[in-house]
Amino acid sequence: MKNKWGKYSFLLAAAFLLILTAGCSGMPVLDPKGPVGESQKNLIVFSIVLMLIIVLTVMVVLTYMLVKFRERPGRGDKDYDPEHEGNTKLEIIWTVIPLIIVTALSIPTVITIYQLEEPPQSSSDKEPLVVHATSADWKWFFSYPEQNIETVNYLHIPTDRAIEFKLSSADSMGSFWVPALGGQKYTMANMRTTLYLQADEAGTYKGRNSNFTGTAFAEQTFDVHAESTEEFQSWVEETQQSAPPLSQDRYDELLAPGLLQEMEFSSTHLQYVDHGKMGSGDYLINRHQDKFEDLPALEGGEDVAND
Amino acid sequence: MMDFLLNEFLVTGDPLIYGAMVSIVLVSIAIVFVLTYFRKWGYLWREWLTTVDHKKIGIMYIIAAIAMLFRGGVDAMLMRAQLTLPNTEFLNSQHYNEIFTTHGTIMIIFMAMPFLIGLMNFVVPLQIGARDVAFPFLNAVSFWSFAFGAMLFNLSFVIGGSPDAGWTNYAPLAGPNLNPGPAINYYLLGLQISGIGTLATGINFMVTILKMRAPGMTLMRMPIFTWSSLITSFIITFAFPILTVALALMTIDRIFGSQFFTLTGEGMPMMWANLFWLWGHPEVYIVILPAFGIFSEVISTFARKQLFGYKAMVWSMLLIAGLSFLVWVHHFFTMGAGAGVNSLFSVTTMLISVPTGVKIFNWLGTMYKGKIRFDTPMLWSLGFIPCFVIGGVTGVMLAMAAADYQYHNTYFLVAHFHNVLIAGTVFGCFAGLTFWYPKMFGHKMNEKLGKISFWFFVIGFNVCFLPMYFLGFMGMPRRTYAIEPEWMPLNVVSTVGAVLMAIGFIVFVYNIYYSFRYSEREKTGDTWDGRALEWATTTPVPFYNFATVPEITGPEAFWKMKQEGGTTYDKDNLEPIHMPSDSGVPFIMSAFMFVAGFGLVWEWMVVAIAGLIGILACMVVRSFDYDHGFHVSVEEIKETEEKAREGEK
Amino acid sequence: MSGHSELTTGPLEYRSHEDRMTVLGFWLFLGAEIALFATLFATYAVLFGRTADAPTPQELFEMPMALTMTFLLLTSSFTCGIAIHEMRRGSLKGLLTWLIITLALGLGFLGFEIYEFVHYAHEGATLQSSAYWSSFFVLTGTHGAHVTLGICWAVLLIIQLKKRGLNQMTARKTFVLGLYWHFLDVIWIFLFTSVYLIGMVV
Repeated sequence: MKNKWGKYSFLLAAAFLLILTAGCSGMPVLDPKGPVGESQKNLIVFSIVLMLIIVLTVMVVLTYMLVKFRERPGRGDKDYDPEHEGNTKLEIIWTVIPLIIVTALSIPTVITIYQLEEPPQSSSDKEPLVVHATSADWKWFFSYPEQNIETVNYLHIPTDRAIEFKLSSADSMGSFWVPALGGQKYTMANMRTTLYLQADEAGTYKGRNSNFTGTAFAEQTFDVHAESTEEFQSWVEETQQSAPPLSQDRYDELLAPGLLQEMEFSSTHLQYVDHGKMGSGDYLINRHQDKFEDLPALEGGEDVAND
Repeated sequence: MMDFLLNEFLVTGDPLIYGAMVSIVLVSIAIVFVLTYFRKWGYLWREWLTTVDHKKIGIMYIIAAIAMLFRGGVDAMLMRAQLTLPNTEFLNSQHYNEIFTTHGTIMIIFMAMPFLIGLMNFVVPLQIGARDVAFPFLNAVSFWSFAFGAMLFNLSFVIGGSPDAGWTNYAPLAGPNLNPGPAINYYLLGLQISGIGTLATGINFMVTILKMRAPGMTLMRMPIFTWSSLITSFIITFAFPILTVALALMTIDRIFGSQFFTLTGEGMPMMWANLFWLWGHPEVYIVILPAFGIFSEVISTFARKQLFGYKAMVWSMLLIAGLSFLVWVHHFFTMGAGAGVNSLFSVTTMLISVPTGVKIFNWLGTMYKGKIRFDTPMLWSLGFIPCFVIGGVTGVMLAMAAADYQYHNTYFLVAHFHNVLIAGTVFGCFAGLTFWYPKMFGHKMNEKLGKISFWFFVIGFNVCFLPMYFLGFMGMPRRTYAIEPEWMPLNVVSTVGAVLMAIGFIVFVYNIYYSFRYSEREKTGDTWDGRALEWATTTPVPFYNFATVPEITGPEAFWKMKQEGGTTYDKDNLEPIHMPSDSGVPFIMSAFMFVAGFGLVWEWMVVAIAGLIGILACMVVRSFDYDHGFHVSVEEIKETEEKAREGEK
Repeated sequence: MSGHSELTTGPLEYRSHEDRMTVLGFWLFLGAEIALFATLFATYAVLFGRTADAPTPQELFEMPMALTMTFLLLTSSFTCGIAIHEMRRGSLKGLLTWLIITLALGLGFLGFEIYEFVHYAHEGATLQSSAYWSSFFVLTGTHGAHVTLGICWAVLLIIQLKKRGLNQMTARKTFVLGLYWHFLDVIWIFLFTSVYLIGMVV
């Protein structure tokens, strides 16, 4: 029995470490492309190290106990003390050490929590770019109020500049998440949340809704194109010139539950409704309530987003 | 009418569901046939449906829980199949959504809790030297309302469609606007009906433990499992009313058009998340603390030593119970409540790891200078320690709000809570069942099969859930039925693990049958050289439990009795024993709850009101019932005890 | 159950072990009820002000009616206390008389509450109007439903008392009903303060 247990705990730990070191490239959370994700990654790695120490300690002590104190032929009553009922000193030690570990984890956690409420330090010389990200079943609207453009299911952002995402939802609660750039935040109807992200490297990153919203939740994704300020500026100008304006009828039509292709417009829906304001929850319900009675069955497995 | 039947009432169009319908009908016919053929209807009614005996109720809870574990397990296997073969359209998104919703709900509400409450029912009165629980009639109501609530919930699969908004049932997705129809109503009413029973259990066990202990058994002399049950009952009593209210408010939203969690009328969907987790987090400890109690009993018995640091074990459980009410916001750090709130709840959540860590080390301390035997219950308890520690440390990682923004809603979280709930609760249930099995049924479960099932299950468990942490880092969200190609390899590994777990479970269940047929019958009541009072009775336990209740002079009552002499059959001091009468009212009343619930699900008010009147009528009948129970005569006790103790000599 | 002493003196409802367990169990049940009402109060507080297009509470709440209801229920709590006192004295007739007076006051309270609800509905504030009014009706309605249940329970008890007289079991049942009734009174005090008084001012 001894060998099995020893091997077992060893294998566990080894597998954990191996996959961790080998697989970072495929793991956007551990390979972030901006300061927000970076600070979160540092916190994660710090905690993993501390936690591995705890896990290993427990495994070692457990193995020791099982090897040393198992019933085996010839052991008799050696080292057997059924009346042994505790050891206050030891118990204090294993209360205090976890307390120290918790403190060690709490301090950087709290600091990071407060930091993430502000735009990243590294781009404090520039004003953050404001983007309204609105989720609706099962698509994303991105409105740029300053540029007066709107995109659906994709967005462009400049690198090295903080983006201030103003998040809200037209219906069910979603969660705006771009793992390569940083952690997520909920999008909720009738209220607004704010999330700061920043990309330091140009590239296309996958973003998605990570909070379950029903039928086509799996397809509620978007792409984030991070590019240099100049490229971003020219994309904005091109969109302003070539894309059609977003009329209210068109917007209402797009809001209906279902999937949409990528789209762009040269005006935003904010002039018709701001889903982040209290009382705006009626907007979609008044228009599309009946469509939720009989939702289309979206078939499994295939990527229907761009049919 | 036909149109309604085929399009709305019955779920149609899916071969899996037709299969389920056929099997439900076949199994029902088979049950009816067997009962009629062997003339067992009377037996069933007299011995089980009307019983108020805590031991039989406990066994019924456990049987129902194992059936629900099977149902929830099948759901899990279907999910694994879909995630391994995403391109075969094995399940469409709607079906997948229903499956993970019922999987979560059934495993927590209809499997984990009843399993543990079943063990509590069977064991606690025996451990404290009582002859039943404080309110045996209420105990039967608890069980039957759970059973009928579970039945109502499971019915949704074939009639009307299953709930599909996740086990957390978040508004507004689950509200009347975005999710009309009966599906979510099944969730609300099924949980409401069984929740009432759970609340009654909480009150019942608190009174039982506080008021019915054997003379001399002070609180600090109680077996640790009884302590964990007392604390669990306390959490139940104060957490379940919150669920009752939350469910009621959403039911009123959906059926009577109020605006609590709606998008319209300035409703506040986020309040559902708050209310749900205000109950939901204590609920997590409701299903883990009794398991902690079981592990403590098992480890101490098989290390053949007193529990290390008994007082610290008790205090750490009390602390965990208190903290459990102060951490609910960590389930939605990403709601944007502000840095101050998130920091506070990060710290309170991390603090829970301190008393939990103390418990882990005290279990290790219990083994120090012990003489450890590796019987199946002990294997489950030993497997629990490393697996649960991994779940615990990842819990601490999740508690760090800033990092949680990256873990939230991902497979990292899924891996974490399975690591604590399976390693904690499920291993605990299996440990407890194999440990007390001889006391329940008069024979051990086969050791060899037990070990095979343990190794399959525990290895499968790690193969299944460890890869999920990495899937989380890869950005795979939970509750998705479609996966990206780069998530594929680890998902396949996971599925292999799930298959191993399924084999483990099947072997476990087969073991029940095998042991029934072939296991040696118990000759004494003390199978494992036990330490607490439940081992002091004969096996099988007479319906009145103890012929005479011994005077308790210290902790580990039975251990002491064995050393100093002492018996639960003191021939010279026998007195007639007062026992409660059986009653069919709990069964009938719960059946009416089912009727009322079904009426509300479909918004058929006539049916709902008829059910409600039935419930009230049962209460009136009960109020006018002045049955004081009956007395067991000294002669009968003597006869029973002499017969049961023949083998001992 | 046997093994526990039966007392021969002291209040009738506390004499057997079963009695003492029942009373403790009921106290715990009241603890759960407090959790239940606390949740409803919290919901009410959170949704306060969310009246949407419906009238606001200031426009609808009237002091005289709220005060009358408070007076009725508080008095009924007092008469219920007298009823238990009569029971302790062993007077079945006194117990029944005061119990019936308590019932009448409770019914009066309910009448006013129903009138109040109907009145608000006429003014355009219903369960469906807005989040605030949903929480108002469910909070006060839950209390009202408890009062209704208490009244039905008391009627059943009066029948039993008539049939069986005053014995250990009926005494215990009556005592427990008394606890319940006082509890509803306490809840109403909170309701009056945090719903009516605050609703009229804020």
